[in-house]
Amino acid sequence: MRDEPRNGATARLHQDTVARLAQDSTARLREDAAAELCQAEPAAGGGVIESWDVSVGVDGPGTRFVVFTCGCPLRCLYCHNPETWRMRDGRRVTVDEVMTEVDRYRRFISVAGGGVTVSGGEPLLQPRFTGELLRRCHESGLHTALDTSGYLGDRASDALLADTDLVLLDIKSYDPRGYRRLTGGSLEPTLRFARRLADLGRPVWVRFVLVPGHTDAEENVEGLARFVASLGNVERVDVLPFHRMAAGKYARLGLAYPLADVKPPDQDLLERVHAQFAAHGVTSV
Amino acid sequence: MTVTEVRRQADAQAPAHVAWRGFRGTTWRGNVDVRDFIQANYTPYEGDESFLAGPTERTRAVWAEVSDLFPEERRRGIYDVDTSTPSSITAHRPGYIDSERELIVGLQTDAPLKRAIMPAGGLRMVENGLAAYGYTLDPRVKEIFTTYRKTHNDGVFDAYTPEIRAARRAGIITGLPDAYGRGRIIGDYRRVALYGVDRLIEAKRAELRTLDGEFSTDAVIRDREELAEQLRALDELKRMAASYGYDISRPAATAREAIQWLYFAYLAAVKEQNGAAMSLGRTSTFVDVYLERDLAEGRLTEQEAQELVDDFVIKLRIVRFLRTPEYDQLFSGDPTWVTESIGGIGADGRPLVTRTSYRYLQTLRNLGPAPEPNLTVFWSPRLPEPFKRFCARLSIETSSIQYESDELMRPRYGDDTAIACCVSAAPVGKQMQFFGARVNLAKALLYAINGGRDEISGEQVGPAYPALTGDVLDYEEVAAAFDRMMDWLAKTYVNALNVIHYMHDKYAYERIEMALHDYPVKRTLACGIAGLSVAADSLSAVKHATVRVLRDVTGLAVDYVVEGDYPAYGNNDDRADAIAVDLVRSFMDKIRRNPSYRDAEHTQSVLTITSNVVYGKHTGNTPDGRRAGTPFAPGANPMNGRDRHGLVASALSVAKLPYEQAQDGISLTSTVTPDGLGRTADDRVADLVGVLDGYFDAGGFHMNVNVLDRATLIDAMDHPEKYPQLTIRVSGYAVNFVRLTREQQQDVIDRTFHGRL
Repeated sequence: MRDEPRNGATARLHQDTVARLAQDSTARLREDAAAELCQAEPAAGGGVIESWDVSVGVDGPGTRFVVFTCGCPLRCLYCHNPETWRMRDGRRVTVDEVMTEVDRYRRFISVAGGGVTVSGGEPLLQPRFTGELLRRCHESGLHTALDTSGYLGDRASDALLADTDLVLLDIKSYDPRGYRRLTGGSLEPTLRFARRLADLGRPVWVRFVLVPGHTDAEENVEGLARFVASLGNVERVDVLPFHRMAAGKYARLGLAYPLADVKPPDQDLLERVHAQFAAHGVTSV
Repeated sequence: MTVTEVRRQADAQAPAHVAWRGFRGTTWRGNVDVRDFIQANYTPYEGDESFLAGPTERTRAVWAEVSDLFPEERRRGIYDVDTSTPSSITAHRPGYIDSERELIVGLQTDAPLKRAIMPAGGLRMVENGLAAYGYTLDPRVKEIFTTYRKTHNDGVFDAYTPEIRAARRAGIITGLPDAYGRGRIIGDYRRVALYGVDRLIEAKRAELRTLDGEFSTDAVIRDREELAEQLRALDELKRMAASYGYDISRPAATAREAIQWLYFAYLAAVKEQNGAAMSLGRTSTFVDVYLERDLAEGRLTEQEAQELVDDFVIKLRIVRFLRTPEYDQLFSGDPTWVTESIGGIGADGRPLVTRTSYRYLQTLRNLGPAPEPNLTVFWSPRLPEPFKRFCARLSIETSSIQYESDELMRPRYGDDTAIACCVSAAPVGKQMQFFGARVNLAKALLYAINGGRDEISGEQVGPAYPALTGDVLDYEEVAAAFDRMMDWLAKTYVNALNVIHYMHDKYAYERIEMALHDYPVKRTLACGIAGLSVAADSLSAVKHATVRVLRDVTGLAVDYVVEGDYPAYGNNDDRADAIAVDLVRSFMDKIRRNPSYRDAEHTQSVLTITSNVVYGKHTGNTPDGRRAGTPFAPGANPMNGRDRHGLVASALSVAKLPYEQAQDGISLTSTVTPDGLGRTADDRVADLVGVLDGYFDAGGFHMNVNVLDRATLIDAMDHPEKYPQLTIRVSGYAVNFVRLTREQQQDVIDRTFHGRL
């Protein structure tokens, strides 16, 4: 994690804020997160979701039916879906119910181009449900994508991955300490999952949220770019500029928004990061 | 000699008998049949945009000369007006922007942006319009139109019933063309270019002769008189063109002449009629035949071809009418609906996309975005992919294009169909619409609950049926009462429209537009509904949640408390969408039960234009939880913020509305942030193409596409001077955002933006 941005004083102050948060609410949230790992997945044929949506161009290629599963073992400081953190806040649905909903969009998606994306939350917190959804969609000819942090990649069976046409893999930081500070979890499982996907030859889009003061250090990007380049199965890297549009949601949920003081990356920074990926022959957008 | 004069001389050297040189086909030679001419001669273009030319210095200079006048026009409301000359085809001397440099000439009056008065539609509209901008009507004109000559407006109010007046005053039926021109009639302006006026006069005379042996009934007398008026208008058209130095009695011999002839014909229409919508038709592929011939003959370069199109479009951008501030409240941004229909597929399966389809759209780049002409692409998933991508790219750049389903229109109206106004289709030169504005369905629902009393004034406007009395609204009771109230509304509405169109034909007949139609013409009675989503959601709330009624001391239901959730229209959820579908069907049925003037075929639209704001203002609290005065959603849109599952789910709800029951058109306006279409420019183009393919495949009829950030609009509200050309699509047309009222701007900003989060 980079500690020497252009204006050091502000940054230090900001670091303090984060640290303070980390001691109280964030710490509490992260205990919550660990508890999610112990949540039992609903019986076969069912799962817990926050909602579904139909998006265009943001959750994989084309028009996508997106299922947001509920429950996540991480508490990323910039998370923009805090309503999906806890499994107990979601609603129980059956795979059949979700498929009925998917069917309403099947024709549209096939004409428009697109598919189904299982996102979250962390979909691999419910690997049986996620796997079944992916399988049913895949078998019926829809393009499938899995949007995951990779933190629970070990829970994804080879069969699940075979039913997944594209993995949207969030690598939130390449620096283990930075990763932990940002997410509360460790980086290694994600890297392990990335290598496994490479071994299996599954197509991957890496997603990397660029957060000034948190993930923008040159060496962090450099490490990530080198790693991605070494995999061989990554079609592109989505560099997602950090934004604060989730602040309203946090307020509504009565949560403190940890990155309230962080500004979105400026154009110069974005260009630098894209150039770093390009230098390694990695397509970033 | 000026550039224009040189060119004019060069063209004049082409003898008239060679005007049709190189053209193929036969049917169109013997009969007036532009479609046959197009089919026999056009060259479909399946390539991409790379051939297009940018603006020339000349184009930039001419456009700068007029656009420099816009800030002043915006500041004062109108730039200038002739207060003493009732406009006609020949009333004004020739006018120019820059006679040295213009390629296509002709203005409505003798100077650019100078508006004309058209009192035949209604004198009050003229007087109020002038007063609003600090002008006074010439007393002589006032004397003529009060003492000697009656107007359409006078006629209508002579024949309105007290019931119609009350419904109009209460705002349950509004926007009626009873004080201004009805518009919605597209002359086949192309005929003038292809045949020359003399040949058209000959054909009209032949039509008139077919009535010689008919007994003189009301209908026959009226038809004879109308045809005679049409002949007179054609003669005036020739004289008007002659005043600019052109002889349009003969067919156009070059592309420049073809555009000029076509424009003169259109100009004659907008000189004489202040119609609500003065649409152009479907001209690009027709003009293409001439441009391609000139290009092949070496008369033109691509640059020059584009220049002609650019110059033509400059003219279309400065069509102006004098209207009142009240009118602008309804239809803001000074719209004229110079709608041009582009693209589509021919009956034989060949795309009707030509290079000139691209050239027309290219004006959005060469001259910058603009609301007029109202560029309307007839979309089909079968359109050539490069054309689809070009349209999508321009939509993303300019938010200036609307899309309508070629697949729904072609089977019904054929492949030479054009849109009048926003979403209303008609085969060119064969069919016209009796424009009927719209009724407020949401308010009708409140009337049903209140036994015909107005929820704001308490006045008895509708029939005094028993009001609903329970504390909680019962779905069956509400539905039955609403059904009965809609019967009354449909009857009162068609009654009003019949009066309006009878009087319009009598006092403000569209001579030149009708001269460019076949005889006899097919007519539709174009009714319309507003407040569909409010009415549907209200019924859904009553059905699926608990709606408590709050009444005032007089027993009038004035507010509603919704307990529990209800499925809202706009989420691709049949529980709510089916209610909207039923409303459209059942109101159409009710409309059809009332006889129409001149046996016009009844149709309806689900369209509000910007009047959704005014409708909302005149409607009290509704059972869906909407507060009194809050704008309705535009057109067939779901209520703002209630479509929670994104653009696609929202669009699929709208696509369920049956076009069969709303053949005057169903309007959907979608606003999406650039991020909401994809992460890269190419992704956005591909994704927008996909969404349009998917929507029209699903049976959607119309989509306005805005690709905008809310932040941009907020900035434009505060700093209009930075955004003179910021164009956004509202319901069925486009506006300069900075010309909307503040209220309408706020409404646009409050609409659902489909994007990330």
